[in-house]
Amino acid sequence: MIHKLCLVAVILNIFSAGTNLAEPVRLATTTSTDNSGLIKALLPHFEKKTGNELHVISTGTGQALRMGQDGNVDVLLVHEPEAEKRFVEEGYGVNRRAVMFNDFVFVGPESDPAGIFGEQDAINTLKKIFIGKHIFISRGDDSGTHKKELFLWEKAELIPHKSWYREVGLGMGRVLQIADELDAYTISDRGTWLALKSKLSLKILAEGDINLHNPYNIIAVNPARFPDINYLGAMSLIAWITSVEGQEKIGKYRINNQILFTPNALNN
Amino acid sequence: MEGILFTTQKALYLLLTGDSELWSIVMLSFSVSLKAIIMTTPPALLVAYSLVNGHFPGIRIILAVFNSLLSVPTVVIGLFLYVMLTRQGPFGDLRLLFTQNAMVIGQILLCFPILVALGYATINAADKRVRETAMTLGAPWWFTILTVLYEVRFGLLAAVLTGFGRIISEVGISMMVGGNIFGYTRNITTAIALETSKGEFAQGIALGIVLLVLALVLTTFLSYVQGKQETST
Repeated sequence: MIHKLCLVAVILNIFSAGTNLAEPVRLATTTSTDNSGLIKALLPHFEKKTGNELHVISTGTGQALRMGQDGNVDVLLVHEPEAEKRFVEEGYGVNRRAVMFNDFVFVGPESDPAGIFGEQDAINTLKKIFIGKHIFISRGDDSGTHKKELFLWEKAELIPHKSWYREVGLGMGRVLQIADELDAYTISDRGTWLALKSKLSLKILAEGDINLHNPYNIIAVNPARFPDINYLGAMSLIAWITSVEGQEKIGKYRINNQILFTPNALNN
Repeated sequence: MEGILFTTQKALYLLLTGDSELWSIVMLSFSVSLKAIIMTTPPALLVAYSLVNGHFPGIRIILAVFNSLLSVPTVVIGLFLYVMLTRQGPFGDLRLLFTQNAMVIGQILLCFPILVALGYATINAADKRVRETAMTLGAPWWFTILTVLYEVRFGLLAAVLTGFGRIISEVGISMMVGGNIFGYTRNITTAIALETSKGEFAQGIALGIVLLVLALVLTTFLSYVQGKQETST
């Protein structure tokens, strides 16, 4: 059986000969960095500078970490500090570096039936939505944003009820669209929000709580666990994205003249 | 949200101006699915032929298995293949996950049962005297097979086109084992899923139009081929 599959692999390779010789760097990242267009803007600069081809797989942070744990990708750009620390402590990842941050915002319909407009406390915001039983869309996909939302509910000591709390299991872009269609509240990272804003009728209603801070880190998959992983490629991405050039490119990435991500690799 | 007319207009504009990103995605879809159908057709037809003409036990069971495989959802095939190809999986050493080759293998798994089931029906309906005559005239076994297959070539072509239509329009396998990597494993259907999630409906609709036109061409060709078959018998 294995022989047959090897044969298939060989045949397939003949078919796809002439694609590329150097091993590509495989990055698993979150839908928030991809849907906002940031990765697409950075990719050509990285490939040009290092000569490495970058393969980007965008998914939720939870699944990205799982791909790293299984050695299916070389490097991760994710945003869930607690899970990342565990990932490194358990020996799955090495060389975790800060890359950039933005924040989460509460968005909802302009009519704002829950009256959260101008609220600066994330917990109070959730309480108002909870009391009013207004429709709230949850990512429900084990992503960094989903984990943040669950953390906030827990901190508020509230258990949302499914009569108004909808777990959709989709990426940030889709969740914003669904909230838009249903005139519902949701929580979004600012980057994806800015990227999709012009297509939505939702408004930012509450922001500014320290609990809504959203840091992104890059982690190489531990080469001790998978010796033939593209560790050098992973490190070249880490080096580039935390370099002056990479950080400048992140800071310069704007939509409608608004900064989506603030680089922070070099000032801490 | 932008109006549907405006979005469709934008989509047509993207298509007609030869937007390079869009067309490279289209090419990738075709290249992957063509590889899959080319590699599936010969073995699948051989299996179908032996199921019609072979004399071994369990033929009915094998047929039932292939027929039930027709209704396995693509995400299940994708998941199965993911578990097989993941690094710690049985075939992890081949490093096929998140490559075009993984998509090709997945599409082969998807269209193999289709070709066997449709091929079986077609070959079974072939005039039995063709095979008998070929054998009586002393043709070698492989020539007999080719003669029979040639006899029902139009029906087999229809089966192949159906299989191709199925794999080029599937999204579950490509998304799971391809990973939707820009410029590498992003095909028409995964791109539509992504562009929709970004609210870029125009790009999604443009790609949808390509699939629609393809479906139209395939069905037209199919009915033409079937018309030919009817006149030839």
